[in-house]
Amino acid sequence: MPETMLLIPGRSSKQGTSLNKGKLGDEYLDITSTVEINADEMVRLGFNSGDRLRLKNHIGEAVVTCVSKKATDLPEGMIFIAYGPTSSRLMESDTAGSGMPLSKHISVEVEKIG
Amino acid sequence: MSENVKVVENATCTFCGCVCDDMILTVDMDEKRITKSKNACILGKAWFAEHYIEEDAPVAMIDNRPVSMEEAVEEAARTLVNARFPITYGLSDTTCEAQRQAVAITDTIRGNIDTTTSVCHGPSGIALQGVGESTMTLGEVKNRADLVIYWGGNPAESHPRHFGRYAVTAKGMFTPRGKKDRHVVLVDVRRTPSAPAASQFIQVKPGKDFEVLWALRALVKNRRIDPDIEEETGVSLETMEELVERMKNCRYGVLFFGMGLTMTRGRHFNSGALLALATDLNEYTHFVAKPVRGHGNVTGADNVMSWQTGYPFGVNFSRGFPRFNPGEFTTVDLLAKRDVDAALIVATDPASNFPQAAIDHLANIPVVCLDTKATLTSKLAHVAFRTSTYGINTAGTVYRMDDVPITLRKAFDSPFPNDEEILTAIRKRVRELVLARGQARGATGVSRAAAPLQ
Repeated sequence: MPETMLLIPGRSSKQGTSLNKGKLGDEYLDITSTVEINADEMVRLGFNSGDRLRLKNHIGEAVVTCVSKKATDLPEGMIFIAYGPTSSRLMESDTAGSGMPLSKHISVEVEKIG
Repeated sequence: MSENVKVVENATCTFCGCVCDDMILTVDMDEKRITKSKNACILGKAWFAEHYIEEDAPVAMIDNRPVSMEEAVEEAARTLVNARFPITYGLSDTTCEAQRQAVAITDTIRGNIDTTTSVCHGPSGIALQGVGESTMTLGEVKNRADLVIYWGGNPAESHPRHFGRYAVTAKGMFTPRGKKDRHVVLVDVRRTPSAPAASQFIQVKPGKDFEVLWALRALVKNRRIDPDIEEETGVSLETMEELVERMKNCRYGVLFFGMGLTMTRGRHFNSGALLALATDLNEYTHFVAKPVRGHGNVTGADNVMSWQTGYPFGVNFSRGFPRFNPGEFTTVDLLAKRDVDAALIVATDPASNFPQAAIDHLANIPVVCLDTKATLTSKLAHVAFRTSTYGINTAGTVYRMDDVPITLRKAFDSPFPNDEEILTAIRKRVRELVLARGQARGATGVSRAAAPLQ
């Protein structure tokens, strides 16, 4: 049964350094397709760091790798990802007349693959 | 490393909007790469180390086939002139001089021009047009601020030197002890790596920034707030009251805000609430607000667009004069609605960070792309130019996030042309093509394209 969670794309140091090496490089692509999840929630959902997850919503879907984040640093129900091609696949293009698509707080269904 | 080494002092890092201009670069002139960047942060070190010369890269390509610069300029100009609705987009990672040429090209072809501001602090731009902005320079913050609030941003990872150079540990005229003379508050939906630098962390429920900001405004005006605000926002009334007292009683307060406000539900209303809060607080003390801008010259893009067209982003020239309308003339909207039929993309990579619907249309139209490296956008481009890097191979002007212009000095030469050179060549050819088309149709009078090149 997929779990509905809130995806928060944002900047990270590793994303910032790896994009200088090249956005077509493995390092950048790995970093931008890795999500952080609250450690307690990982236990509840039966996920382990390194597991492959499918994120899906009405826009599209993406496959990511998950890593555990200290429970005090990331609230339950929330997953963090460094901005990039993966988060784009889940982002709605409607800007509500502002020019800005909702690039954070994206509702996604999360399930483990395999 | 060779012995042919050059040291460049007071160089400028253009990776982020801090635009730190105290770099000391060591350049290996034989290998054409920067081997050391003293004073740079982790992002700056990567910026300088990774922007070396890739000698084997072609200067330009048409449909992924290497071509000469002249062929590429001709094809780029024809692509733009032949389009019915061409757009220009990007511009935040290049010099003001190049931005100016991009505006001129778009004006000549009666296209649409927008910058990465529209997917960054565009909503803040909309907000400040509505409610104004109590503003400052970062030098004032360094010298005066005793209360610093970061809202919806994570500068430890996005702007690592913001704390040390300007706002937290920086020692100034009236803040001689640095952080000991300041109270620093971080407001966010998650405890980011910026939290350890703050004296206080306030965690807001996702999507509730506006409610918290509006409640703070009410408290500043001595209105009553129901204690159940905590259930709604995740922030207790007691915490808000304590923060308001601190804001009213500080000597010089500053609200820095990031994309946690602009990229979430509420967008310009969130930014507007924060800007209005800063203005309200001037009834009690000196209080200012400033968006923390991302790319090295995104602030310059706002300035150049404003002085050339009257508007900061999302500008359309199709009627022969500039019109501004976010949501209509902003790039995500234009691409997602499949309105446009050609694109000039300068120094940005929308194919890696736009919503999928926008990327899909970008892949279906001819794209002219200028970038220092291969990207997803350059891969799908019809015409792709390889450029030198601003601040490393190219001099020029950029604007720091507080609208302070800074002159760049180059560290070493590149075999690749810079954005300004390429755009100037495209502009010249576009102008010739537009004039020739006008004459063929028997047009009379002085066309905008006939104005002297500057």
